[in-house]
Amino acid sequence: MGVAIATPDLEPDLPDSRRRPSWRSVNFLPYALITPSVAVIGGVLAFPLAMLAWLSLQHYGLRELIAHQGDWVGLGNYQAILADPLFHQVIVRSLLFTLACVGLTVILSTLIALLLLKVRQAVRVLVMSSLVFVWATPVIVTVDIWQWMFDYEFGVINYVLTQIHVGNFIHHNWFDNPIQGFGVFVALVVWGAIPFVTITLFAGLLQVPADVVDAARVDGAGPWQTFRFVVAPILKPIFLIVTCLSTIWDFGVFNQIYVMLNQRPSSDYYVIAIYSYRESFGVTQYGLGAAIAVVMVLVLVIVTFFYVRETVKVAEIA
Amino acid sequence: MIAPGTAQGVRGAARAATQTNLRVDLWQRSRQLVYDAMGVVVALVMLFPIYWMVATAFKPGRDILSLTPKWIPAPFTLQNFQDAIARPFFIDDVKNSVVVVGVMLVLALAIAFLAAVGTARFGFRGRTAFLVMIIGVQMVPLNALIIPLYLMLDRLGQTDALVGVIGVYLAVVLPFMVWTLRGFVANIPAELEESAMIDGCTRVGAFWRITFPLVGPGLVATAIFGFIQAWNEYIIAYVLLSSPNNQTLTVWLASFTTNHGPQWGPLMAGATLTGLPVVAFFLILQRYLAGGLTAGAVKG
Repeated sequence: MGVAIATPDLEPDLPDSRRRPSWRSVNFLPYALITPSVAVIGGVLAFPLAMLAWLSLQHYGLRELIAHQGDWVGLGNYQAILADPLFHQVIVRSLLFTLACVGLTVILSTLIALLLLKVRQAVRVLVMSSLVFVWATPVIVTVDIWQWMFDYEFGVINYVLTQIHVGNFIHHNWFDNPIQGFGVFVALVVWGAIPFVTITLFAGLLQVPADVVDAARVDGAGPWQTFRFVVAPILKPIFLIVTCLSTIWDFGVFNQIYVMLNQRPSSDYYVIAIYSYRESFGVTQYGLGAAIAVVMVLVLVIVTFFYVRETVKVAEIA
Repeated sequence: MIAPGTAQGVRGAARAATQTNLRVDLWQRSRQLVYDAMGVVVALVMLFPIYWMVATAFKPGRDILSLTPKWIPAPFTLQNFQDAIARPFFIDDVKNSVVVVGVMLVLALAIAFLAAVGTARFGFRGRTAFLVMIIGVQMVPLNALIIPLYLMLDRLGQTDALVGVIGVYLAVVLPFMVWTLRGFVANIPAELEESAMIDGCTRVGAFWRITFPLVGPGLVATAIFGFIQAWNEYIIAYVLLSSPNNQTLTVWLASFTTNHGPQWGPLMAGATLTGLPVVAFFLILQRYLAGGLTAGAVKG
């Protein structure tokens, strides 16, 4: 998805309609200019979002698909999924997975960004190029690569782990055990997310005024104190942005798990996006699938709400 | 903090007279070495999977299916690339990807440019609401919208047709494009247009001759961004396009298995081919991306 960032500055920077003589009392030109965008975004994103909520209140299976007409069941779908023990597992699993991915991504990226300040120029260029390469590689391509690296028979990871005596990993199937399997998925997602977060944080670090940091040092602050009390507060808006975006992306993870498990994940591997997909397209219960998707959106709305509130707060203080 | 090397150098020179200088210098140098080594390790860990894909793509079959992996692709072969290209529907699906991305980009650039001009050059009622919507819709997880999108297109008879996919991608890339282009247009002073109008240009002429050429880099940057988004997208194409000759390249790549399990050589060759245009474009784009993301986020 897109990554335009909600910079706190939203106020009009030059709507100087005073200098620009409008030949009618209301100028219709700007409305004409934004109409195509509104139509496309409304038709393809906003309308389906409303339709999703509507669908979640109906029984909509194969018969209804053919008839183009659902059966109204009110909150029946929500009652059904709330009564389903698998749904509880899926929610808990998705939240833990998201927490692990986001936490590791932000911590590792912060460490790498701080390291980038310390290394010499040539090493910095090397690290930045490696990050850009990983960032640029399409997700499906990275999934195929990791599938090959973790292949139980000829995978390079099993070979290396056996060689360095971590244990006997010959013919070890990582996806037999969901805990190990999710370990691989967390590693894959974090590896793929580090470039964006690191580069964003590093760009932010470069904007931290040097005199403020020097002043903290002169006053006797150690490296950790300098980071905790001087650098981190200045970078707070950027931390908020990357944490919020990472949460949105990681909570909706689908491709990595679905494609890595050859498009047939067992129910041990259901996260919320896969569960919703399975219910709708696997067993053609579009109403149930829609109800699960609504829950997904609601969780993200809560996260986003905190992000927007914090951003507004930061903007007001600054 | 910005250039630790120089700061330490200056401080070191000032203390040059003291006896402890040598020890401090040695300490600092070994610390620098440790940092550099850590940096190299990070780069290697990040790059290894990509190296492994390219290396595998150039290895002959017996070196791929060997219990002791070969670290360097020698002997070297192009057979995997030939196999990948010769697989059913590769050419069809490359064509589909190019058509989807191409048509989508032309439409998206035109629509986004109009909205960018509208919001950057005019103040009007509802402008802030529009911009909030542009930011808000980017928070909507696309995965959640697949069901209604599928049912909508099913009703219109547009599943398994590229038109539906083009429409969805258009809406996905549009918000980011409008937002970015708006910044580019707003950075060009309106006075330039006004002076052209004083010199006898019409309003449209002034816009066309003065502002449009100056927005060029912005159009390129957003076009590349849209290209990458659409080229990489998987789940929408996977759900909407069912017949193999209608699919896009990522769907082709994800379903790359045979009865005997995946053929790793051709798969890695196919993955390399799929990623290549994206990496190439991305290298051009990345400075716009990193810059645009943080502009104004921190007060300097």
